[in-house]
Amino acid sequence: MDITFTNVDYTYQANTPFQGVGLRDINLTIHGGSYTAIIGHTGSGKSTLLQHLNALLKPTAGTVQIGDRTITPATNNKNLKPIRQKVGMVFQFPESQLFEETVLKDIAFGPQNFGMSADKAHQRAEEMAELVGLPKETWEQSPFDLSGGQMRRVAIAGVLAMQPEYLVLDEPSAGLDPLGRQEMMDLFNKLHRENGLTIVLVTHQMDDVANYADQVVVMEHGQVIRTGTPREIFANEQWLVDKQLGVPKTTHFAEVLKQQGFQFEPLPLTEDELVTALLPQLLRQGGAANE
Amino acid sequence: MTKAIEVQNLSFRYSEEAKRNAIQDMSFTIENDEWVAIIGHNGSGKSTLAKSIDGLLPLEKGTIIVNGIELSEANLWQVRDQIGMVFQNPDNQFVGATVEDDVAFGLENRGVPRAEMVQRVQDALQRVNMTAFATREPAHLSGGQKQRVALAGIIAVRPQILILDEATSMLDPKGRQDVLATIRQLKAETHMTVLSITHDIDEAASADRILVIDDGQLKQQGTPAEIFRYGSRLIKMGLDVPYTAKVAEDLSTAGVALPSQFLDESELAQTLWTLHSQM
Repeated sequence: MDITFTNVDYTYQANTPFQGVGLRDINLTIHGGSYTAIIGHTGSGKSTLLQHLNALLKPTAGTVQIGDRTITPATNNKNLKPIRQKVGMVFQFPESQLFEETVLKDIAFGPQNFGMSADKAHQRAEEMAELVGLPKETWEQSPFDLSGGQMRRVAIAGVLAMQPEYLVLDEPSAGLDPLGRQEMMDLFNKLHRENGLTIVLVTHQMDDVANYADQVVVMEHGQVIRTGTPREIFANEQWLVDKQLGVPKTTHFAEVLKQQGFQFEPLPLTEDELVTALLPQLLRQGGAANE
Repeated sequence: MTKAIEVQNLSFRYSEEAKRNAIQDMSFTIENDEWVAIIGHNGSGKSTLAKSIDGLLPLEKGTIIVNGIELSEANLWQVRDQIGMVFQNPDNQFVGATVEDDVAFGLENRGVPRAEMVQRVQDALQRVNMTAFATREPAHLSGGQKQRVALAGIIAVRPQILILDEATSMLDPKGRQDVLATIRQLKAETHMTVLSITHDIDEAASADRILVIDDGQLKQQGTPAEIFRYGSRLIKMGLDVPYTAKVAEDLSTAGVALPSQFLDESELAQTLWTLHSQM
């Protein structure tokens, strides 16, 4: 299932003193099966764009095509349930939406709300708890007794329990410690590779973009200013610095090494690529100390 | 000279039923005008510690002295007057209908005359680069913008001690650098003490000293260079591993002879170039 934006504008609180431009003339396609990263300066419209992916916001002009449904400014709020089921949305700090007595009940809430029987929903909840790596002893605990990282897993399991095709993530690792962040990113990568989910990720972590995404969308002032592969986007460090965006740590360090005299073609994006490209320039062939 | 913060034998348990203490017999001192970063993984007791210092949690066991004032129920407000605290999720601390109202709130509370208040609000918003948003509604800002506004509200009050509880976590990398630069400048002007709870390597590197907390206990302390020497073990301490340490470890594993101390970017680049030249 593809999602396509055609000439989409979105104005916040139109006709009030607080009116503001959220999105301007967005033309963009997100293909089913892709891993898309959306990057941009704070306030560039990333979260607003996300909320159009499952019709939480409707464009004030233009159309958003979500599979076989077309969302226009005139679309009725009824019958949007199938879209919400197909496009699972994980907001910032999703753990603040937990409310049930136990972990499994919280995960089962969505499917039950969509008409699934209690037994089946419970079974689905167990599968999802397992999928996101929640240890069994937590399943009957109150979600509020868990650590921040585990609470977030519960919230994500609740979204996955709807069996969406899309998993839309708004800075999903914010507030977690580095280990928790790494585990979270590994989980999404697994869901993408093994379960075939289409991932749309809003992030400030350029290393995550380089490591996982196959498409990058760069936003500024409510507009999409560039799209491309990570390699295309990160090829020009100066452009990203001008846009107040960072580059992956690898790309930055590779530039430092280039100034020192090392050579890279192409410029490495990930730590593994950098080390692989460096080793022949540091160790004599066949004469390495580890051989 | 009076210390900014003295914590002596502090222990705290959230409830009778809790399996263990969130803070276990912790003691340390923070000097005036010092910048101390506290690191530790989620659940290590960092935020509990910050809340205890600000009197947001009841003091059960131990002593907390802020600018020479011993924290007790009687002088709670006197202690809080010394401290400005910025939390991770600013939604929890917004009160104003507009950004400028929100930033002015702390000043109104302290009875600052209107003319001075207007000037201080403008100054604070300018410092965090949010002047253009003065009349906007805080609820409609992005996560990073909210964190800037929350910081402005504290800057306007000019506390002697600034406590940042993962207060830059929602900012983009450039935004984080800007905010850290703002704090550095403010610190140079006012000599305030900064206590920052963080997982961010840049924020930790800005500190004079790093305290490592685990299991509610103070496990290590040292300068950033001393702490960064732990390399890949840092991730267990709740901090990112500095990028150069990761690359150096990868290269060492592959057989490249590198020294064991922490090397920053330019040091590692030079060391590698020397090795390359000896090939």
